[in-house]
Amino acid sequence: MLSRRNPQLNRHGELIHLLSIEGLPKSVLTQILDTAGTFLSVNDREVKKVPLLRGKSVFNLFFENSTRTRTTFEIAAKRLSADVINLDIAKSSTAKGESLLDTIANLSAMHADMFIVRHAESGAPYLIAQHVAPHVHVVNAGDGRHAHPTQGLLDMYTIRHFKKDFTQLTVAIVGDIVHSRVARSDIHALTTLGVPEIRAVGPKTLVPGDLAGMGVRVCHSMEEGIKDADVVIMLRLQNERMSGAMLPSAGEFYKSYGLTPEKLALAKPDCIVMHPGPINRGVEIDSSVADGAHSVILPQVTFGIAVRMAVMSTIAGNQA
Amino acid sequence: MKILIKGGRVIDPASGRDEVADVAIASGRILRIGAAPDFGADRVIDASGLVVAPGLVDLAARLREPGQEHEGMLESELAAAAAGGVTSLVCPPDTDPVLDEPGLVEMLKFRARKLSRCRVFPLGALTRNLEGQALTEMAELTEAGCVGFAQADVPITDTLVLMRALQYAATFGYTVWLRPLDAWLGKGVAAQGAMATRLGLSGVPVVAETIALHTIFEVVRATQARVHLCRISSAAGVALLRAAKAEGLPVTADVNMQSLHLTDVDIGYFNPDMRLSPPLRQGSDRDALRAALADGTLDALVSDHNPVADDMKNLPFGEAEPGATGLEMLLSLALRWGQDSGLPLAKTLGRVTCEPVRVLGDALGSLASSAGRLVEGGVADVCVFDPQAQWMVTPGELASQGKHTPFSFASTGMALPGRVRATLVAGTVAFERAAT
Repeated sequence: MLSRRNPQLNRHGELIHLLSIEGLPKSVLTQILDTAGTFLSVNDREVKKVPLLRGKSVFNLFFENSTRTRTTFEIAAKRLSADVINLDIAKSSTAKGESLLDTIANLSAMHADMFIVRHAESGAPYLIAQHVAPHVHVVNAGDGRHAHPTQGLLDMYTIRHFKKDFTQLTVAIVGDIVHSRVARSDIHALTTLGVPEIRAVGPKTLVPGDLAGMGVRVCHSMEEGIKDADVVIMLRLQNERMSGAMLPSAGEFYKSYGLTPEKLALAKPDCIVMHPGPINRGVEIDSSVADGAHSVILPQVTFGIAVRMAVMSTIAGNQA
Repeated sequence: MKILIKGGRVIDPASGRDEVADVAIASGRILRIGAAPDFGADRVIDASGLVVAPGLVDLAARLREPGQEHEGMLESELAAAAAGGVTSLVCPPDTDPVLDEPGLVEMLKFRARKLSRCRVFPLGALTRNLEGQALTEMAELTEAGCVGFAQADVPITDTLVLMRALQYAATFGYTVWLRPLDAWLGKGVAAQGAMATRLGLSGVPVVAETIALHTIFEVVRATQARVHLCRISSAAGVALLRAAKAEGLPVTADVNMQSLHLTDVDIGYFNPDMRLSPPLRQGSDRDALRAALADGTLDALVSDHNPVADDMKNLPFGEAEPGATGLEMLLSLALRWGQDSGLPLAKTLGRVTCEPVRVLGDALGSLASSAGRLVEGGVADVCVFDPQAQWMVTPGELASQGKHTPFSFASTGMALPGRVRATLVAGTVAFERAAT
């Protein structure tokens, strides 16, 4: 069958939407990380604004609730001097039965230049990107279990900041990988950037064997998974998974896979601990680890703004 | 009306006839196959260079009537059948309302007969409203025109009901059509595997099919009911089916043309046209299905035609309605499979003509002896096609109201072989297309 062009790249291989990290060349990822580095200093200035998106309208389109991601996108867009419109879609048009594409068509008629989209269905931002006018850009802010590319990029920024070189690292991703868009984006980014060992750690209900096809080593024991790791990425365990057929209880999960100081001692002494937030203290991570010397959870948030500025300014500068 | 189809390559898969001959048709029946008799034809169809085959028999085509007329209507969907060379089709009972009342079946048969584009053979619901609880009035429904009883895509979860349903159907010799699908394991939107994992789509594991097959085969052993298995989709399913047939269980099975040609990789970037049920599986499954259709483990190839409106398809992959339009592509996709497998044309055509008729068996009544065949004295249901022609599927040009197909040229970049030039139903021209 015909192989179709990656819809997030134009014919020159430039990024016009950010939908997934999968399929993006290393040079594109590195360029975004480099650009993010230049924006970090903007965040430290008295006047925290650059005029790159002046006159542009950025629509935050969150079909799923989010506070943190939406806020960081909003801050990032404002620091680029864009006009930001927040739409709480969960409570408005779709509740009245309007279809996704009708919503997009209406907002496009209000001269949107960029949509930041979060949706509960995997692939929804692809559908939107296929139906917007050529000058409109789409950023995936999390779709179902599929991808959360800006989170993946800010995680890479964080790793690069603390570890400098990707090509010697062992990275362990722990928890509910099967339902995690963050894990998928991290895995694609880490493999693209040349990380030699990526481990997916968790019980068989949350870490299926066919993840190996994405280039990871599947580990069902925390000890095996975390041993000599340079980076440990803990994932949030969603409340609805904490009891039922996936897991018997949050307590039992913590016992087997929670990150405690004892388990962290198995990792490299200079290991960093990351988490996309919001964290469940005592479910996937012990408070003393979350707040401890190895934790880089708060720098992740700071870097997130610079990375999102880099993504938005990059795609806005490229034409379909 | 007397029609002479002149000088075509006449292929009758059931008898193995494959020769250049004339076909003389009068009063809805085939008068003679051979040298043209001088019988004063009202109409001569020049079939030189063309194949004259039995009209296609499709064991799975949704017409979306009654109840879902915005998705498809009898007029458009039977026009699509005729354009595809399909002269008989079987439609499942999952309409709105469900085909569980004789009156609904009679109305559907009556409406279809008035259009005289294609013969329509409905399946009645096995249980009332497909709820899997109470049996329908199978004898009454058979009298109204049902050729078997089915649950469409709604599995019976209560095994006691399944056992009783098959016992009751076996009493009267009715065939029960079952889609092997475990109700709980079957809930995902794509086949379980590396592709679904990458895309973050919920997966349907192969065991959703094999567990259901094991259950069905046990119930068939216990009841000796005749069962037709709909839409086998996996290599493991094929292996179980092969063993069941070797054991002598009274079962037949079909595969749809999507599973025969596509795999989960074709989902690409969440293309909703690839949202199908059963979901597209892996290459090894597709290869096993192709081999099983060639060796007869799978009896018939079906279009699994299901017209879906734009509103229901232009949605995120998991929310899009499963299904694709297919009647107009059935012949071409059968031919492509036959070419890829190196099969003689007669054998390829058998999987969409006489073999599906054998699956239907006595339920076809007097038609059983000649539908899906070209025999003197038999009904003149004929498909005349150009085996050399290639065409590109352009959804907007399809007769069906459903414009969504995974085989559009835009999706596949492939031209399809074989183009229908004329379709005759009961000796009447239901469709004609000029040479291009």
